[in-house]
Amino acid sequence: MNSTPIAPTLSDRFWRLANPKIFMGWSSKLLPWIAAAALASLCSGLIWGYFFTPDDMRQGSTVKIIYLHVPAALMAINGYLLMFVGALVWLIRRQHVSVLAAKAAAPVGMVMTLIALATGAIWGQPMWGTYWVWDPRLTSFLILFLFYVGYIALWAAIEDEDTAADLTSVLAIVGAVFAMLSRYAVLFWNQGLHQGTTVTMADGAKQDNISDVFFQPLLLSMAGFGLLFLTLLLIGTRTEVRARRLKVLQARERIE
Amino acid sequence: MIQLFLRDIGLSVRSGGGFGLALIFFLIVVTLIPFALGPDQAALAVIAPGVLWLGALLACLLSLDRIFGLDFEDGTLDLLATSPLPLESVYMAKASAHWLTTGLPLSLAAPVLGVLLNLDYETGKILCLSLLLGTPALSLIGAFGASLTLGVKRGGLLLSLLVLPLYVPSLIFGAQAVRLAEQALDYDVALVLLSAISLGAAAILPFASGAALRINLR
Amino acid sequence: MMPDLGKYALEVNSSYILSLMALGVIAGLYVKRSRAVRRALAELEASQDA
Repeated sequence: MNSTPIAPTLSDRFWRLANPKIFMGWSSKLLPWIAAAALASLCSGLIWGYFFTPDDMRQGSTVKIIYLHVPAALMAINGYLLMFVGALVWLIRRQHVSVLAAKAAAPVGMVMTLIALATGAIWGQPMWGTYWVWDPRLTSFLILFLFYVGYIALWAAIEDEDTAADLTSVLAIVGAVFAMLSRYAVLFWNQGLHQGTTVTMADGAKQDNISDVFFQPLLLSMAGFGLLFLTLLLIGTRTEVRARRLKVLQARERIE
Repeated sequence: MIQLFLRDIGLSVRSGGGFGLALIFFLIVVTLIPFALGPDQAALAVIAPGVLWLGALLACLLSLDRIFGLDFEDGTLDLLATSPLPLESVYMAKASAHWLTTGLPLSLAAPVLGVLLNLDYETGKILCLSLLLGTPALSLIGAFGASLTLGVKRGGLLLSLLVLPLYVPSLIFGAQAVRLAEQALDYDVALVLLSAISLGAAAILPFASGAALRINLR
Repeated sequence: MMPDLGKYALEVNSSYILSLMALGVIAGLYVKRSRAVRRALAELEASQDA
């Protein structure tokens, strides 16, 4: 008759964590630690990078911008990956916390993209002589920024929560496919498919055996940005979970 | 499905259907450019591929919300949803009708307008070809965007916002193909990639749009 | 204390200031919204339990 397993499988236990109430529980315990770690690593990474690293032979002190540009760019991409996964989970399992996490990730990802674009342009000005260059990487980030704006705008435009979740998830998935297409398109446009890719400054810094002097503070900074992203993601998702509950209660009030 | 296709074409050609609108918009944009940028023939020829492609792309945007909007408002779309025709086919029929009444005329008109921008005959042929290969993607992507924003009031601006980033690969390859042709370089790869996007869109987007239509018609 | 940034001082400093401001703004907005929603929810729950 009753076919429930005696012991929950690992998968069951994992999905249980995404149950709204349980999520609020573990996220509230985790949040202070993550926030503290974020603050610590971000501050130490940036302070180390800004004050205690030497200048680069070719790029002078502008190499210090790397401690902002690279982590922000990484988080910009991460944000979209998260949105993609959250969208997928929602469409398959109708798991609210996942899609609300995607919703919460978007503005942060968008800001990270902006930081990556701005620092890229500012870094580029003394290096290339202009603020904007149709470099494959920068152009991809501009497109990524537009994707973020569209996703956020669609969430805002639709009143019914579940419908908004559905439509934005479809958009996120189609957008991810096109984002990958765009990446190759822009590479081709700037370079021709079979030529070597331009080694952008960020690549160059990482590729020609960037010495530990630069790499260690960069790692710290990347950890800082990552943990900050995680902190804001948790805060944002918790807000969205509460907001959803708020809406439900408000609707109940109107009915009574 | 054929009937839906023909019906949509008929609707758009009839007065008030917006058939000529895209072409006129295209003409206006192309004639405004020399006024804005000065009549230097050499300079115009350089930017012509991009301007013509961009003009065609923007002209496509104009009629996108009509694809599903009208039928959604008067309930026809609900009827179509209950018919044996799957929503994916509804999407394909409507996107095809949009292409036939927008993308195709724009592609044919472009070389003619290109003359205004000092585009030579040979390049004009490639321009036409690139648009013929690329505008299906524009119609398909546009219809997908329309299916998403169906329920949004005055969603035209949102529609453009959602659709424009998706248009970028087609724009890049299309304009690049024409630029390469202008310089007598090899443009085959660009055209192949352009077609790939149109084909890929035709393969994936019907399912995404079907899902979006179903969600919106709930 | 301040490193000698040479001729790129403007670029480096503006990058840092803008980025930190942007991070500060988004973090601030998130925290602010979190507090507002938490308060509204608590009020509503209290009034409904009463």
